[in-house]
Amino acid sequence: MDSVISLTGRDFVMSVADVTAARSIVVMKDTQDKVVELDRHRTLSVAGEIGDAIQFTEYIQRNVHLYELRSGTPLSTRQIAYFLRGELARFLRQHPYQVNLILGGYDADGGPSLYYVDYLGSLHRMPFTAQGYCAYFILSTLDRLYRPGMTLDEAVSVMHQCLAEVGERFLLQQRKFVWKVTDRDGTRTLPQSADTFM
Amino acid sequence: MSRRYDQRVTTFSPDGRLFQVEYALEAISHAGACVGVQSRDGVVLAAERRVLSKLLDSSTRTARASEKMYEIDAHVGCVVAGITSDANSLVNRARQAAQRYRNTYHEPVPVEYLVRQIADVKQGYTQFGGLRPFGVSILYAGWDRHYGYQLYASDPSGNYGGWRAIAIGQNQAAANSLLRQEYPEGNDAAAEVTLEQAMRLVARVFAKTADVAMLDVNKLEVTVVGREPDAATSKGAEQEQEAMVVFRAVEDAQLQPVFEDVKRELEASSASGRTDVNK
Repeated sequence: MDSVISLTGRDFVMSVADVTAARSIVVMKDTQDKVVELDRHRTLSVAGEIGDAIQFTEYIQRNVHLYELRSGTPLSTRQIAYFLRGELARFLRQHPYQVNLILGGYDADGGPSLYYVDYLGSLHRMPFTAQGYCAYFILSTLDRLYRPGMTLDEAVSVMHQCLAEVGERFLLQQRKFVWKVTDRDGTRTLPQSADTFM
Repeated sequence: MSRRYDQRVTTFSPDGRLFQVEYALEAISHAGACVGVQSRDGVVLAAERRVLSKLLDSSTRTARASEKMYEIDAHVGCVVAGITSDANSLVNRARQAAQRYRNTYHEPVPVEYLVRQIADVKQGYTQFGGLRPFGVSILYAGWDRHYGYQLYASDPSGNYGGWRAIAIGQNQAAANSLLRQEYPEGNDAAAEVTLEQAMRLVARVFAKTADVAMLDVNKLEVTVVGREPDAATSKGAEQEQEAMVVFRAVEDAQLQPVFEDVKRELEASSASGRTDVNK
């Protein structure tokens, strides 16, 4: 039931996700951060089984860190995308992680980028994308509203319209979301999350 | 009594040495000479080609291709000094590591990442019981997006280091002191050397430490990791920058004039009465 939405702006990537951890019909908590910070300049937004999501994102996070310690140079966002895609494809034939992911990152040389990855191991670079049921509602909204090279204010406004669409049409009412932005200075949580999260 | 510490590779002698590893290093200092030199637009590797028997079947791959130069991946090449069969096995590992990296990260492997992996393999054989160390030193030349052109040397102990210019094998001490004299000083020294100058330097090193007769395209082989001459036209527009730097052999036709030049230079300097200590 997770809602995870990401888009790239002029010089940043924005990721928004709901914060609900539910089991069956019961909400266990509403402080689950589904936009995991892999390192200063990458976020991995995740939809799927909470246990798998934590296990897999931490596994990727530690491997990204290990690589940097070993080689002295960080992995690029593109390299991380291919690495985690490969790991998902490998695990698919052993013990599948039921997670769908969006990798967002900012590279000094390549600028902002966004990758869609699903649990079957497909990988696409996208200007904007979403995971979970919300994708059924807001991809069309984004098709209409998204423009390349948006400023942060414009992106915030587009994202608000997406969440309004989800609020109006989705059976479940999701009220709380975490908003994160990654740019050349790193990843920060936007004030939009403040009233609902933390 | 002293032989006690020779037998087991992985046992220190009382004065703290590993004799088998030192013997391996010694063996390499008698192997055919190899030289690597960095330049602004590429890394030059050169190796002495031992004259082959005329009975050798030249239609087989091992005879036609070089005995000592190996392409590891498109952007990394190496030249080896020591036991060729040991080198074959290490090169195989290096090629596997390079392709494994491409498979995992969809990018050419960074040069030092590769060099370290192979150095770790070598190190393992100086520590774990019952096996002899690899009897090869390797010069690696490569390019990656992090550090540009790079030249590394690794020895049987598992040590490796990055160099602007280095020689291994026969006469390595003399060759290295010549390289030290002739290579420009400073942190950015490689930027002052053109590919052509690097090739001349390599030729001079061989001429002075072996003999001038070495300067023969049949006796010396030269490879370069550098920008592909017509990269823009031969590859599609989709190709990344990495794809344009390749390991390739230097054609005899390109080498010949360099050798002739260096020969003339050396003759002129000896005719003018200068005594050459290196000769």
